[in-house]
Amino acid sequence: MEVPILKQGAVLIATFQAALSDADLNQLRSALVQQVVRFRSRGVIVDVTAMDVMDSFASRTLREIAHMIRLRGAETVIVGIQPEVAFAMVQLGLTLEGVATALDLEEGLAYLNQKFKTTK
Amino acid sequence: MAKRDESSELLRELVAHLRQNRTQLREEWVVRISETRLLTAMTKEEIFAEATSVYDSYVEALETETFEALQAYARNLSERIIPRGVETHEVVGIVLLLRDVLARSLFAKYQTDFKKLNRILDAYEPAANRIANTVAVGFVQERERVIRQQQEAIRELSTPVLQVRERLLILPIIGVIDPQRARQLTEQLLRGIRTNRAKVVVIDITGVAAMDVTVANHLVQTVEASRLLGATVIVTGLSPEIAQTLVTIGVDLGKMNTVGDLQGGIEQAERLLGYKVMALAEPS
Repeated sequence: MEVPILKQGAVLIATFQAALSDADLNQLRSALVQQVVRFRSRGVIVDVTAMDVMDSFASRTLREIAHMIRLRGAETVIVGIQPEVAFAMVQLGLTLEGVATALDLEEGLAYLNQKFKTTK
Repeated sequence: MAKRDESSELLRELVAHLRQNRTQLREEWVVRISETRLLTAMTKEEIFAEATSVYDSYVEALETETFEALQAYARNLSERIIPRGVETHEVVGIVLLLRDVLARSLFAKYQTDFKKLNRILDAYEPAANRIANTVAVGFVQERERVIRQQQEAIRELSTPVLQVRERLLILPIIGVIDPQRARQLTEQLLRGIRTNRAKVVVIDITGVAAMDVTVANHLVQTVEASRLLGATVIVTGLSPEIAQTLVTIGVDLGKMNTVGDLQGGIEQAERLLGYKVMALAEPS
């Protein structure tokens, strides 16, 4: 299942609708990295609220997305990680180091807007 | 089968004897209880009332050779007397006293016929021992249940997640953290972050006396999990001993934001949230 990517002003929003296969994750990564420059976006939000399991591949892909987006000149925020998922991830050592996280979409947008203001 | 019949026959005789001498034996028992200074937490009248019910349940258990009713009574009794500070040895003591009082009365009754006395005791002793056992086990089980219940209550009480300002939570931890409690703390904190939409959390561990590797690692994990939910964690009140332990065992505290005391932690949290606190006037 493909992840829809929505454009909202200077921000791209990708919302997971369900658990994703590895292929879907790879597809999402290349789509985001392409579109961030095509739309001249300054921020990317990946919403994982619907994910109830986060395995090592998914978490590595999210980290790669964040780092690649940074190289393409924008900021990434991962939002909506569930409490149980967060604790399970930490126990598996998947801490998404160097990646910004926020509680939900609203918080993620607030974080990016704050960032845009300070770097204007 | 014949032997069993005989033994029930004897028990019947025994029960009849105990019923007949109920008043006298019961009083003797109560006297023995106060002589040995058991159940000092209870008044004389209470002891007498309880002794009557215990005596009747005792005789009934001997008669029917079923212990359920006695077990239920023992549990009920324990429920009433445990809060008054009655100890295990007292409960076991009074039941053993009753056993002795009754045995003595049997000696007195059958002293002319040793053969019969022997057979009566053969029937009486196993039943009496089982009764003593049942009451003691009932008491201890009830006590353990109370202890478990209290532990549960303490655990519930000891992990409050408090909101002090919009988007700022504090989690004061007091007492010993075992792995189970640590897990519960983390769950409550993560849930609290979600429901209160917290951005900053201050975990105060002033009240924690010691910390081992497992718990320290758990703390680090809690900090990381909170970050995944978008909240920053500030840990305050690390005692010198804990700081020393953590450094010695080499826990990676690099990811942890620590401040000396709770006040400093809250001030830093306010800075992170963009609050500025100032006094309106000079305090008088």
